[in-house]
Amino acid sequence: MAVKTYLEAIREGMRDEMRRDDRVMVFGEDVGAKGGVFGVTEGLQREFGEWRVMDSPLAESCIVGVCIGAAFNGMRPIAEIQFQDFILPGVDQIVSEAAKIRYRSNDDWNMPLVIRAPFGGGVHGALYHSQSLEAMFCHVPGLRVVVPSNPYDAKGMLVAAIRDPDPVLYFEHKKAYRLIRGEVPDHEYTVPLDRVRVVREGRDIVVFSYGLMVDTAVQAAERLAPDGFSVSVVDLRSLRPLDRQGIVESARRCGKVLIAQEANLAVSVSSEVSAIVAEECFEYLDAPVMRIGGPEVPAMPFAKPLEDAYLVDVDKLESKLRSLAEY
Amino acid sequence: MVVANRAARSIAGIDADTLRAMYRHMLRSRMLDERIWLLNRQGLARFWVSGMGQEAIQVALGMHVRPGHDWVAPYYRDLALTLVLGMTPRDQLLAALAKADDPNTGGRQMPAHFGCRRLQIITTGSVVATQFIHAAGIALASKIRGEDAVTVVTTGEGATSEGDFHEALNFAATHRLAVVFVVEDNGLAISVPTTQQMPTADVSDRAAGYGIPGVVVDGSDPVASYLACGEAVARARAGHGPTLIDAKVPRLTSHSSDDDQRRYRSAEALANDRAHDCVGCFAARLDEQGVLSARDEEAMRAELLAELDVATAEAEEAPDPEPESVLLHVLGEA
Repeated sequence: MAVKTYLEAIREGMRDEMRRDDRVMVFGEDVGAKGGVFGVTEGLQREFGEWRVMDSPLAESCIVGVCIGAAFNGMRPIAEIQFQDFILPGVDQIVSEAAKIRYRSNDDWNMPLVIRAPFGGGVHGALYHSQSLEAMFCHVPGLRVVVPSNPYDAKGMLVAAIRDPDPVLYFEHKKAYRLIRGEVPDHEYTVPLDRVRVVREGRDIVVFSYGLMVDTAVQAAERLAPDGFSVSVVDLRSLRPLDRQGIVESARRCGKVLIAQEANLAVSVSSEVSAIVAEECFEYLDAPVMRIGGPEVPAMPFAKPLEDAYLVDVDKLESKLRSLAEY
Repeated sequence: MVVANRAARSIAGIDADTLRAMYRHMLRSRMLDERIWLLNRQGLARFWVSGMGQEAIQVALGMHVRPGHDWVAPYYRDLALTLVLGMTPRDQLLAALAKADDPNTGGRQMPAHFGCRRLQIITTGSVVATQFIHAAGIALASKIRGEDAVTVVTTGEGATSEGDFHEALNFAATHRLAVVFVVEDNGLAISVPTTQQMPTADVSDRAAGYGIPGVVVDGSDPVASYLACGEAVARARAGHGPTLIDAKVPRLTSHSSDDDQRRYRSAEALANDRAHDCVGCFAARLDEQGVLSARDEEAMRAELLAELDVATAEAEEAPDPEPESVLLHVLGEA
């Protein structure tokens, strides 16, 4: 099994599905000759031609809407939004259209559509190239929202998303693209879109997280090990729907829960996980549920001291874990 | 002097059978529309948004569509268009009464939110203008597969102020996609007149900016509309790209059953609209040309009324959706 980057795994997932199924197409800004601003679609237009890997105009509603239309007409489109920050002009097409097509047509139509978008900060992207907007979409029934944390999942979840009969928002942490490496099988496989993964086994505390923060959580958990604290790390993987059973099992087993995310906390994924734990694990808890995430400011600033102040890093996560361990 | 009526075999190259078929579609839609208004005023249909006055352009367009081969992205006034394509008064009465067997939405959406996969009429919601881009995407898929299917998309002129209208024209024109954009221009976005919506009198002026033909047609004239739509569909099917048709139509009713247009329109404007009623004008023209006599028109009306009465009774007796079904069809089985 070859070791690959997170970015290579995403590209391989698209390439393999495009080879297997000629209904699969990619549509977005700069995805063709340039191969995307991050290089995720590099080489795909050369292999599959300019109609199946197609540069879009600079218009996000058009990107999503054209993909919805193509999906109505039998294609399996993958829309690439260059930065998640710029998805907002496409939200009407996502929320008013894609999410409701099966429900409003009483199952006459469905909408097999994948929308890929890089999110997250720590790359000096400032306010408009760093955001984590996933919670906005997690509120919407009819959508799936997934975030892979490692190359194996990145490929397997993307293949599953392409084959899924409903709209899937597939958010990629842009800092993970070349930072996170891991083994990726060459053979065909899928990863389920609605199951947590226990990344690190532990008894005393469980950290629920997703995206690049999973890696941060594992590093922080290891720092507590010498002091005798056993910390479990669970990767949520799917943010909508959440794997309720997977969350409850780990929360009950450990009795102390920390939810770590890059996004600000108000009305976020951490809010929903907290609610599930409160509803289902009250009698198993040894401490209040704790959360760590971005501050309640509009978005991540540019200057390094400000960006560092915004981000949850290993030190901050370790400190939060210690306060929970000592509760 | 009395001049004997000589039966015309055609008008402007459209044969008499086609003309009679067009009139029948228009009348069938009008009678259905009137019936649904009645059901609304009786409190049985909770909402209605009418297509009265816009039947001619819709029927003319629908005559050029190959149902199940071509694609249609309609909007909420397209009752007549759906009937031409193969939906029935019963189908739309089931929708008007929000019944479980409504083929459009199963009673989930307001009436006139059309859709039928079998006929390749895409499902539509209440947000205006989103369907333009869907049409472009549908046509893109046809082009990728090398098919000659045409996609027609309709709208009121109000929705042409939305960004999606322009994004769709831009994309469809850039790639010469087989889309026919038809604006059923009744001059009112609910209560706001065209003069407050756009700087030029005709939506078709927008076409020049995208390098495609823009056509103004009298949408109350079924013959002129038939010719304009035929040309646009043929052009699209031949691979020459999209056309923007601006069909001028009256709006014979209020915006919806919850609106009263007398509050914002003059009595003169309403009278003028009624004088341009496409159904009455076309009936008179066909009688005058000897294509359809008043007596034959009466027989047609009686036949359609009988169909409508049966359909209404069936729709009234049809079951409501089961309350538990509210949870169904959020996501499918992977």
